[in-house]
Amino acid sequence: MFAFFISSGLFLGWSLGANDASNVFGTAVGSKMIQFRTAAVWCSIFVILGAVISGAGASHTLGKLGSVNAIAGAFIVAFAAAASVYLMTKARYPVSTSQAIVGAIIGWNLFTGSPTDYNSLTKIVTTWVVCPILSAVIAIAIYKVVVFFISKFKLGIFSQDILTRYGLLLVGAFGSYSLGANNIANVMGVFVPVSPFSDISFYGWFKLSSAQQLFFIGAVAIAIGVFTYSKRVMATVGEGIFKLSPVAAFVVVSAHSVVLFLFASQGLQNLLIQLGLPPIPLVPVSSSQAVVGAVVGIGLLKGGRGIRWRTLGGIASSWAVSPVIAAILSFISLFFLQNVFEQEVFRPTKYGLTPKAIERIETAKIFLHGLEHLFDKEFANAGRFDKVLSNQKMLTDQDRNFKMASTEIDKLEINAHRIDAIDNQLIAEKFILPLREIEGQVFNHHWQIEGALAERSVYWRQKENDKDYNAHLRRRIDYLCKVFRAEEN
Amino acid sequence: MDFRILKRKLEIGKRIDDFLDNVSESGLLFKLGVDSYLKGNVESFEKKLEDITHTENQGDSLRRSLEEQLYMQTLIPESRGDVLELLENMDTLLDRFKGAMWRFEIEYPTIPAEMHNDFKELVACVVEAVEAMVRSARAFFKDIAAVADHMHKVSYWEKQSDKISTRLQRNIFRQNELQLSHKLQLRDFVIHVDQIADQAEDVADKLSIYVIKRSL
Repeated sequence: MFAFFISSGLFLGWSLGANDASNVFGTAVGSKMIQFRTAAVWCSIFVILGAVISGAGASHTLGKLGSVNAIAGAFIVAFAAAASVYLMTKARYPVSTSQAIVGAIIGWNLFTGSPTDYNSLTKIVTTWVVCPILSAVIAIAIYKVVVFFISKFKLGIFSQDILTRYGLLLVGAFGSYSLGANNIANVMGVFVPVSPFSDISFYGWFKLSSAQQLFFIGAVAIAIGVFTYSKRVMATVGEGIFKLSPVAAFVVVSAHSVVLFLFASQGLQNLLIQLGLPPIPLVPVSSSQAVVGAVVGIGLLKGGRGIRWRTLGGIASSWAVSPVIAAILSFISLFFLQNVFEQEVFRPTKYGLTPKAIERIETAKIFLHGLEHLFDKEFANAGRFDKVLSNQKMLTDQDRNFKMASTEIDKLEINAHRIDAIDNQLIAEKFILPLREIEGQVFNHHWQIEGALAERSVYWRQKENDKDYNAHLRRRIDYLCKVFRAEEN
Repeated sequence: MDFRILKRKLEIGKRIDDFLDNVSESGLLFKLGVDSYLKGNVESFEKKLEDITHTENQGDSLRRSLEEQLYMQTLIPESRGDVLELLENMDTLLDRFKGAMWRFEIEYPTIPAEMHNDFKELVACVVEAVEAMVRSARAFFKDIAAVADHMHKVSYWEKQSDKISTRLQRNIFRQNELQLSHKLQLRDFVIHVDQIADQAEDVADKLSIYVIKRSL
């Protein structure tokens, strides 16, 4: 069944491969600098590498925007995104899978009554505005450097030709890597919370998390899109839309790749945090917009006469239209799937101010005044509880998120039978031992099992300044929640 | 894509150099040939004629193989149309030198001794114009920023040869002892040689457009 539901994600991946690969290699192939076959092979390899190695960063932000928690729901979200991409492409608007998927997730949030995390949404929308501008600035800088290099070293026509070819291939590979890293979240992000896969360890050499396995499948779909359909798009991009010289093409692809990489690299983010600089948010951005930004940058550098501002206006307005279409499509499809085909499009998450939750919130010194009448009351979904909270004045986003996380109800029963069922490949014995100590207990909240385990074993405690370890811990907890989730939930 | 393309690139650069050598050489041969003719050294003239014919053949086959290589191996795809045109135009200059030499051989015109110096000067200017054009073309392939340095010289030498050609034609028609038919024949010769410089200037004009097209 999972194979069927994931098909919409694969469709989205395929269309991303068909469309966005042309942003990376289109000009090179269209101007006959690189053969299509060479471009397709390099593109596929590096998209897969980027997705599997660095795909987690941007997908995390999408996950925060709305955690689609039922597989049929994820199917519809990806389907709505893919369909709106298809429709917009048919209408000859340049579209972005990033925007479509964000719109579709918001559609899911609206349908299921889950609150949209405005913090993440603002982050994402701001990035969409910043991305093309940043791309233009970077393109101008790279262009200046390249022109200086060519005139300084007196490159001959043939040397320049050969260097441009290799350059196009290299930045193309880098661009494909960044595309995979940044945009795999669009394709597979919504399936991560509902993935049936568990982590695979290859003889202890390296581990593939369940998300990485999903990313691999998604990246293969992108690669198939590249091989089967991108040739035509590449020819159009290379010859039609932007008539760029190979050197300018090199600059455009470089700028595009740098921008996508900036918004996908966890390593860079960690580095900036260490240096005390503001980190770059890891957000899926649109590769088409990065390319458009870079082209406009070069156009401006040359005096801005060649830029068709009207076309640019059309492109900008499509940014606003595509998420809206995706949201509407997602909402309507969810309605049909739930009511006509009777599929579970979301797992209802209840919220309630249980005594334990109240205790936790009060310990954190967060204000609960005015909510006393709601103690012991359950809320059917996050939206309703969120509404109640929003009546409280002076509530910061952080406090609100803490309250939401503390009051989410997910009944977990720790019994011997289920402990035995834990996959030792995923969770080592030293992590399982403390579980035995809490055998027989029942928890209402995720954080309770987290706390109970951390109390009993150092292995279950978060480490300061070790993001990787903490992320692994997070995944283990998620896995345990899946294992111990009570049937009635 | 592999590293063979690097070798191909070096090869084609060298062959373009060889072709331009041929054009430049044909100019020098023309100059020496006319000198020999004016001195009345028929044997030397015929040798130069033979040489220039050989050079022209070589140039033709080089040009053809270059054009083939550019298209078969999709080198410099964005400029190969321009490069092709440039090579063909340079080849025309070569042909013109050879054509002029043959014309001397066919017609054996009698050139009055007092015009020898002007004739030599005209030929020298024309050859300089073509030389400057060859240097511009070389710069186009090797260092595009330097093209302008050579190209303005093409116009300079073209103007000089225009002046000499006008002077020569005037002198020809003011010679009362010459018959009209002789005057007309000499005038045709002067125009034929002068046109080589005009042609070089036309090529230079086109080259300046190719340079703009490649400008970053």
